[in-house]
Amino acid sequence: MDTASNIPPPAKKRRNGFIKGLGTFFKDIYKIHLFILRFFKEAFLPPFEFKEVIRQCYEVGVRSFTLISVTGFIVGFIFTKQSRPSLSTFGANSWLPSLVSIAIMRALAPLVTALIASGKVGSSIGAELGSMRVTEQIDAMEVSGTNPFKYLVCTRVLATTLTIPILATYTALIGLLGGYLNVATNEGISYTAFVQAFFQPLVFLDFTAALVKSIVFGFTIGIVGCYQGYYSDKGTEGVGKAANGAVVTAMFLVFIEEVIIVQITGNFR
Amino acid sequence: MEKPKVNIDHNNKVISLRGLEKSFEDYAVLRGIDLDLYQGENLVVLGRSGSGKSVLIKLISGLLRPDKGTVEVLGNDVLALNDRQLRELRIRIGFSFQNSALYDSMTVRKNLEFPLVRNRKGITRKEIDAAVETVLDAVGLSQTINQMPAELSGGQRKRIGIARTLILNPEIMLYDEPTAGLDPITCIEINDLINEVQQNYKTSSIIITHDLTCAKMTGDRISMLIEGQFQRTGTFEEVFDTDDARIKPFFDYNFIA
Repeated sequence: MDTASNIPPPAKKRRNGFIKGLGTFFKDIYKIHLFILRFFKEAFLPPFEFKEVIRQCYEVGVRSFTLISVTGFIVGFIFTKQSRPSLSTFGANSWLPSLVSIAIMRALAPLVTALIASGKVGSSIGAELGSMRVTEQIDAMEVSGTNPFKYLVCTRVLATTLTIPILATYTALIGLLGGYLNVATNEGISYTAFVQAFFQPLVFLDFTAALVKSIVFGFTIGIVGCYQGYYSDKGTEGVGKAANGAVVTAMFLVFIEEVIIVQITGNFR
Repeated sequence: MEKPKVNIDHNNKVISLRGLEKSFEDYAVLRGIDLDLYQGENLVVLGRSGSGKSVLIKLISGLLRPDKGTVEVLGNDVLALNDRQLRELRIRIGFSFQNSALYDSMTVRKNLEFPLVRNRKGITRKEIDAAVETVLDAVGLSQTINQMPAELSGGQRKRIGIARTLILNPEIMLYDEPTAGLDPITCIEINDLINEVQQNYKTSSIIITHDLTCAKMTGDRISMLIEGQFQRTGTFEEVFDTDDARIKPFFDYNFIA
């Protein structure tokens, strides 16, 4: 029977809970590092899973294509619309294409693509692998002589790492189209003039930084989704947690990486 | 139906476990398991749910590592093998999962092809098709070849799961609860299939179950796993000819059921 003497006081209980939580946090950090190291160890050693990587690239692209098309267009259109009043105040409407290009190329295209892909692709990877873990499909793969890490994880991470930069480029082009339509409607500028003004302020570093960012975001989305799914808890709740964890963690990390990369590239300007 | 007679080579151990112990956190699941499986034999491991039966076969296939003890399979010390060697050994072991573990995103054909394509480099399309047809015939489900796993019944899924393991011609079969969740008639069909596999594919098998009909129909020898240890091993009659209070109720309740 519980007595007042053997029930821990709330403060002690909270402290124990905090220490346990902290322990789990560092254990998870350690596990994810091992997971990343294992990826680099296995992804670049034969046998290579080219066919599966290509299939996964197709899956990632198809899954996100419609959403990215719509979002990219809206971002370009709305950003242009919202920026106009500020520039009009200074009579600088002609700078609109340049402003849109810098915003889209340097930040919006990789970021919007990564956020959409986190939700669409990351959750899908987390849920798929989580479900495979729960139903012992990963174990079945392992006992039938296939390395499930290589087949399931390496291929998906490579696919997101390769595909997100392509999707980000596409988002930038669609964003450009959205921006152009808005500018053309209001300022009556020709497409050639708009494109010329769009690319005029951009330098090599902008393209490189956007590419590096997209690669890092793609890798993050893939590795987080795979980690959450591959080590998901047993039961249907585990699948839900894996999908949710994949989205939330990937989005959080994408923002952190954005800040870090912007700081680093800022030093080269 | 009586179990058909088979030739068991008692001089040839295909699996040998010694002093096997496994705990999960503070809970000791297996507490010193010694087990030998002979060439051509069907050994049934009986026990209650949560008694560590499935853990035992996962230790044999290297999916889990024991805390103590040795696992020798087909002359290989499983714990000393590297990843590549373990994968090569696993090709010689068929593992039939409790829930079949069919790949949801693949058709029956793709499920069956998968282990073959991955492990037999240079195999031709014609050879793959022939192997798929053979194992589907063996389990009597040729008509399901283009169906998705979600379209199959529980019994069909079990059969396809067994077919997927047979496609690599394993020397050892590990069955995890082969009749769990099936109706009595399908259970008997699965038991017959296990015996057919033993005879036609010359496999040695460990069958994990709590179903006494399955144990009686398929087992050449039965081991009773209680509290993490084998309490009694022998033929069906030998195991249950006892007044042991830990074993007797198992038989009585199954009989009543």
